Amino acid sequence: MAVARPPGAARRPAADARGVHLRDLARVLELVLRGLAGRALRVETGPETYTDTETIFLPESIDAAPERAANERRYKALAVHHWAQTRYGTFNADLESVLEGFASRGRGLAWINLLEAVRLEACLRRGYPGLARLLASLRPALPDDLARVERELSRPQASVGDSIRLAHELAAGEPPAPFPYLGTLHPGEAQTVREARVAKERRALHRELAKIRGGLAVEGGGEIERQPAPAVEVDASFDTLQFRLEVEGERVEPRPSVAALVRSIVQDFGEVPPEYLVAAGPGQYAPDAEPTHETESAHAESHAEDGILYDEWDFQRRDYRKAWCVAFESDVPRGDPAFVAGVRAQYAGQIAQLRRRFEALRGEEKLLRREHEGDDLDFDAVVEAYADRRTGLEVTERLFTLRRRAERNIAAMFMVDMSGSTMGWVNECERTALVMLCEALEALGDRYAIYGFSGWGRKRCEIYRIKRFDERYSDAVRGRIAGVQAKDYTRMGVAIRHLSKLLNEVDAKTRILFTLSDGKPDDFIDGYRGVYGIEDTRQALFEARASGVHPFCITIDEEARDYLPHMYGAASWALIDDVRKLPLKAADAYRRLTS
Amino acid sequence: MNDPARLKVLEAELATIGAEPYYEPVGEEIALFEAAYSARVPVLLKGPTGCGKTRFVEHMAWRLARPLVTVSCHDDLTASDLVGRYLIVGDQTVWVDGPLARAVRAGGFCYLDEIVEARKDTTVVIHPLADTRRCLPMEKRGELLRAPDEFMLILSYNPGYQSVLKELKHSTRQRFVAIEFAYPNADLEARIVVRESGLDRPAAERLVKLGGMTRNLKGSGLDEGASTRLLVHAAQLMVRGVAPRTACHGAVAEALTDDPEMLVALDELVNAVF
Repeated sequence: MAVARPPGAARRPAADARGVHLRDLARVLELVLRGLAGRALRVETGPETYTDTETIFLPESIDAAPERAANERRYKALAVHHWAQTRYGTFNADLESVLEGFASRGRGLAWINLLEAVRLEACLRRGYPGLARLLASLRPALPDDLARVERELSRPQASVGDSIRLAHELAAGEPPAPFPYLGTLHPGEAQTVREARVAKERRALHRELAKIRGGLAVEGGGEIERQPAPAVEVDASFDTLQFRLEVEGERVEPRPSVAALVRSIVQDFGEVPPEYLVAAGPGQYAPDAEPTHETESAHAESHAEDGILYDEWDFQRRDYRKAWCVAFESDVPRGDPAFVAGVRAQYAGQIAQLRRRFEALRGEEKLLRREHEGDDLDFDAVVEAYADRRTGLEVTERLFTLRRRAERNIAAMFMVDMSGSTMGWVNECERTALVMLCEALEALGDRYAIYGFSGWGRKRCEIYRIKRFDERYSDAVRGRIAGVQAKDYTRMGVAIRHLSKLLNEVDAKTRILFTLSDGKPDDFIDGYRGVYGIEDTRQALFEARASGVHPFCITIDEEARDYLPHMYGAASWALIDDVRKLPLKAADAYRRLTS
Repeated sequence: MNDPARLKVLEAELATIGAEPYYEPVGEEIALFEAAYSARVPVLLKGPTGCGKTRFVEHMAWRLARPLVTVSCHDDLTASDLVGRYLIVGDQTVWVDGPLARAVRAGGFCYLDEIVEARKDTTVVIHPLADTRRCLPMEKRGELLRAPDEFMLILSYNPGYQSVLKELKHSTRQRFVAIEFAYPNADLEARIVVRESGLDRPAAERLVKLGGMTRNLKGSGLDEGASTRLLVHAAQLMVRGVAPRTACHGAVAEALTDDPEMLVALDELVNAVF
């Protein structure tokens, strides 16, 4: 029953071939635990092995056994045993106060830990025989004088209360050596986490039930006020975590998130406590007074408000700096609405020409002839076939016409440099180029988005929204194009990574990342200049290409530099020496790229 | 030319169902369907793959004694595929009804499986059939087919796909009575596995448990959990003497994912129950 090593794990250098690192196994363990049942648990490294009922802390690596497979089994046993503690209710008793009743807290804890292990293994034997076999194979047989205890704890109705009672009986004696897969118990910590969860889930269930009740009451004619709250009943089984939800005697199929909530509550209490099901007011629940708690804490965890973390490539270490950059998205403030109108007027002739050229690219419906199958007969082919048959030639079967629309299935992301160096003419030309691209693309019908980028150090990588994919070329978008301004530095890698991610969320056959910039990536703040910046940009472009995006870069640089071919290694690129040519060149490049 | 042979194949599609197809009702779906049938309202079946939608349609066709034609929709399926087209037979062009037209003429059930996969022009022929007009315009023949009372249109659709391209338009979906299908509860699902495969009940219960575990992983690396159909496949392998772990690896784990770590995790879950 060895845990096979996934291929990805082999690439990482292990200090020792037999030793196993948690980072190589964590995902598999989490998936297994999530699959088993109940609440989804996180797996993390910790100085001690224990669970707080939401996270299982495991050692960073295990190399106790001479074989890799055995060490992996040890990991799995540790994870499964601690999952079983949360699944079968070890922490459903107030262990802290229980322990006060023991002469020696340490001994009491050791007994409870051991007896619980015996009970949990019996629980697993009933539901997950394979897991019970795994645990049994790793521990010594129990001493004979504990046979009675084992029998008692193996009864299906045995609970943590039985373990506590037996621990009191046995407390005078020294407990046997702990099983190899036992961690420690931290009842206080588990209690804190559990109480926070219980309160949160109780509120959440009230909210969900109010919705379900509200829905039924409205169906019943809308007289919510005068009717008593419909009775809700939940018939849940602690063994299987299956439950029936009934409202006024009628079965209701809950949404998956509600089902997970009910299962988590059943895990903590063995049932859904009756007070969870009682309506708070006459007929309706008061809306939740503190609805934002959960979201706040979730945000606090990711160490910057709304930022999205990205890795950055460090060419000297030949490795990524993990979660190194924080990207923030925000809208470009609207600029002067007259700008776009001005460009349209000034370039009216060129825009009309562009539109015509782009319209020619649009996917037209094509009539394919001489097909094996199709909507209609191809009479030319039919006549020929008759003639062939008369003369004894072989007769073709390709007799049909087929209408097929050669669809352009392209999504384009335009990424515009808003760094300080674009100040002045370059910025002006970028904005003009954007207007002309928009006009042309509207004629073409391709889906497109426009984002700007700039930044001030790795913790402040700004991504400016100008037009989202699902947004129309509206006045708001035109205003934002006018509002594009030169800002700070050029940290290109993070922008490429973020925008490729957005691009990959669009369903399209071809995805193009079209960058407009004025030269070298450069961020003064933490060494994103020279070779470092070039190498990270190059790496980000490779990543983009590997994810299925076609990167294309236009650089406006009056002195052509020798770093360009290297930096754009993965991308096609074009160099424009005269800024003033940018607007037409950009549209032209896009047309050639996509036809 | 192979067209006469092709004609025969096409004609064979409209089948009357002889023996009762096994179906275990999960809720009120049979009553709902029968009511919709008598009210001449078309039906839309929603639910994940492999939860019994097609079987349900076969069962209802048998129950109401109507011939059934099933069309599995794909992205090249056009309106003429459904309505019909001219073919060359010998020296003549011959009109051949498509499956939808045949079902209308015969007063049968037409079941369009995974309708969102079909080309958008199919809605043109579905809409007039799915409202009070109950007719099928056959443009190329200049003919308007009136559907007899016994005709019924049934669509199926899996709302689980995330893509916006695979959503059913409101102008279509609001013509139908929708019946939602979910996986049956554990007891019922075990009964289905036993019945479909001949596996013993305890082993079937373990399989169902495994199915539930994979459904817990939906959204955390799996797009879908194991369907009842996959569990039946595994059971059928086991009945033929394949070891449970091998059967589940092939019929469940490998069928669900290609992700190596997910495969390892799924195999571990198999090991946990067997």
